[in-house]
Amino acid sequence: MPKTMIDERSDERSRRHFLKGCVGTAGAAVAAVAVSTTVEARDTYQRPPEALGLLYDATLCIGCKACVAACKRANDNPPEFSTSDRLWDTPLDTSGHTFNIIKMYRSGTMATKDDESNGYAFMKTSCMHCADPSCVSACPVTAMTKDPTTGIVAYDPEACVGCRYCVVACPFGIPKYQYDSPTGKIGKCELCRHRYRDGHYSACAEVCPTGATLYGRTSDLLNEARRRLALEPGSVTTYPRGKLNDGPDQSYEGLVGNYQQHVYGETEYGGTQVLKLSAVDFEKVGMPRLPPRSSAATSETIQHTLYGGLLMPFAVLGAMTYVARRNVHHEDDTPADEPVKEES
Amino acid sequence: MSAQQHAAAAPVGGDLFNATTLICGVLIAVMATVIVVRLFFGLGSVTNLNDGYSWGLWVVGDVFIGSALACGGFSVALLVYIFNRGEYHPLVRPALLGSLFGYTLAGAAITVDLGRWWNFWHIFWPGYFNVNSVMFEVAACITLYIIVMWIEFSPVFLEKLGLRDVRRKLNKVLFIFIALGIVLPMMHQASLGTMLVVMGDQVNPLWQTPLQPLIYLLSAITLGYGVVLFESCVAASAYRREIEVSMLNPMARVMLGIMAFYLVVRFADLAVRGVLGEAFKPTYIALTFWIENASFIAPFLLIGSVAARRNPARLFLAGIAVMLGGILLRLNGFLIAFDTGPGWSYFPSVPELLVTFGIFAAEVFGYIYITRRFPVLPREEAYAQPARS
Repeated sequence: MPKTMIDERSDERSRRHFLKGCVGTAGAAVAAVAVSTTVEARDTYQRPPEALGLLYDATLCIGCKACVAACKRANDNPPEFSTSDRLWDTPLDTSGHTFNIIKMYRSGTMATKDDESNGYAFMKTSCMHCADPSCVSACPVTAMTKDPTTGIVAYDPEACVGCRYCVVACPFGIPKYQYDSPTGKIGKCELCRHRYRDGHYSACAEVCPTGATLYGRTSDLLNEARRRLALEPGSVTTYPRGKLNDGPDQSYEGLVGNYQQHVYGETEYGGTQVLKLSAVDFEKVGMPRLPPRSSAATSETIQHTLYGGLLMPFAVLGAMTYVARRNVHHEDDTPADEPVKEES
Repeated sequence: MSAQQHAAAAPVGGDLFNATTLICGVLIAVMATVIVVRLFFGLGSVTNLNDGYSWGLWVVGDVFIGSALACGGFSVALLVYIFNRGEYHPLVRPALLGSLFGYTLAGAAITVDLGRWWNFWHIFWPGYFNVNSVMFEVAACITLYIIVMWIEFSPVFLEKLGLRDVRRKLNKVLFIFIALGIVLPMMHQASLGTMLVVMGDQVNPLWQTPLQPLIYLLSAITLGYGVVLFESCVAASAYRREIEVSMLNPMARVMLGIMAFYLVVRFADLAVRGVLGEAFKPTYIALTFWIENASFIAPFLLIGSVAARRNPARLFLAGIAVMLGGILLRLNGFLIAFDTGPGWSYFPSVPELLVTFGIFAAEVFGYIYITRRFPVLPREEAYAQPARS
């Protein structure tokens, strides 16, 4: 039965091709993973040595919101209303037009400041300028960038496509989009980098009357934060205002707060350049608990492992092309008006 | 290879004007109106998007879910050209057609959602694009894949136009595009899962894992077969043709195999990370988790046996179950179990829904137009020609 024999042989051949293809694909994939994993695994980035930032000490904040108004002015942002008379700029959260806001924690009778129960406390919400920012990793078109020297996380509307992956990615909910405009941009704090030329620094720190928001190099700010945590609550100490270790002395003497023994931003996601001190538990005042490893590092490790140097895609593509070429004779659907030809 | 000789593909023929295409036309016109309003007055004028849920129905529904539901072409090509199962060849063109529309319209939908769409070309421009970004990988891959699919599908048009020379030349290199048409969706369907990773703890641990790319890839392949089951049954009933049970039956078995592997990976990951407890808390998150996974388990009960797989109704239901599971996997990760803090909520607005309906209508209309006028579906015997009522 020669016919049967031919069928069996062709069947055998196709099975061999199939197996070959599988082995080839798997081999190439394994090799590509082995190569790219060793080369591309990505650690969490750390702050640049000259990183600039802010130190916000919630125990010093009196909730005057001078920083909110100054931020609006410095960034040329319009007022946002939450009251029916629409007389005052009263944003309830950061937005595409509000980059800085002071929020209030309230508990029970709200009798004493910085008391977790029956008290109240303030917390600043603005960009933390992460050492390893999720928004920079997420942005497909490099509209979000981290300055290699100052570490400032900046936004370029001319590059932005408006996909809003940064909005979704940020653990602090900071980059925000202007939904009210047909040409909406992302809005976020850039540490007033546009004002440095004129000898200015972050407007929120410039105007803060109590030094609750302090501007400076993050390494200096971290030392200042640690100094405060080491002090006896209720004792008297000197608080700098405006800019740390620079400019005219604006310091004053004040009482030491009852701090949580944690500098928020020291280690979170590899550290942030804006640091925070608080008497109330950080999660209760809206600061999320974050591991020392950044999600950007995890995400990019996956990406580099799978696509580093395009090794794996090309290995798989090579294997697929090889197999497809052998099997493509199934593309035997001759045009309907042509006689059907037999193929083995 | 199998001894059977396939019927060549042929246009179904018939009238393009009927109740279905008319409704599609109306829905498409409504969509166009909403899009014009969006372009002049911004995303806020027509959507319920906010900074807590900046990605809504248009991104998660039209693109993430829409592209996954459009994996039929990829899944069938994988079976026919890579696993050398030529007997499924008649399924290739109809499946590819579904994918072609799904992806092309997903691409169009994302452009409408982009806040600064006139900069879209930056994604392909050296100096702008960021290779570390998962979004870059997804956007670049999807765009390439749409082009590749039109080339893969072009023999259909070349046949119709009688351009045999071009067709013959294209046939010689078609295997390259077939291979690309398998690798590109593998890449971006996996990356759609990786997209969740950078969002960190905002995503519930039941959906936040570094294994997300594997989970999304496996689910996309399964979904592809599920959609083919669904589409084949719908096309057969709408055109009053025979259901290709002889092909769908073994294909459904392949689907069950991959789905079993998917479920093992999914639950092993949850167990290893020690977060399975989340699934037993009395929350709506746990509920939606179980609905999602029940949808992947249900097909084993519906079409577990060969006899059950010969029943078109069961095949149809299994297809729907798999689609529901895949839709929920994506909806849960990106919206339902995505928590950006207190005070934020999102439910799509009516105009958002109208755009999604419009896209679906455009897909249905495109499918009807192409299958009636171009050789896509296998030629039927005379007794099964579309009946005139």
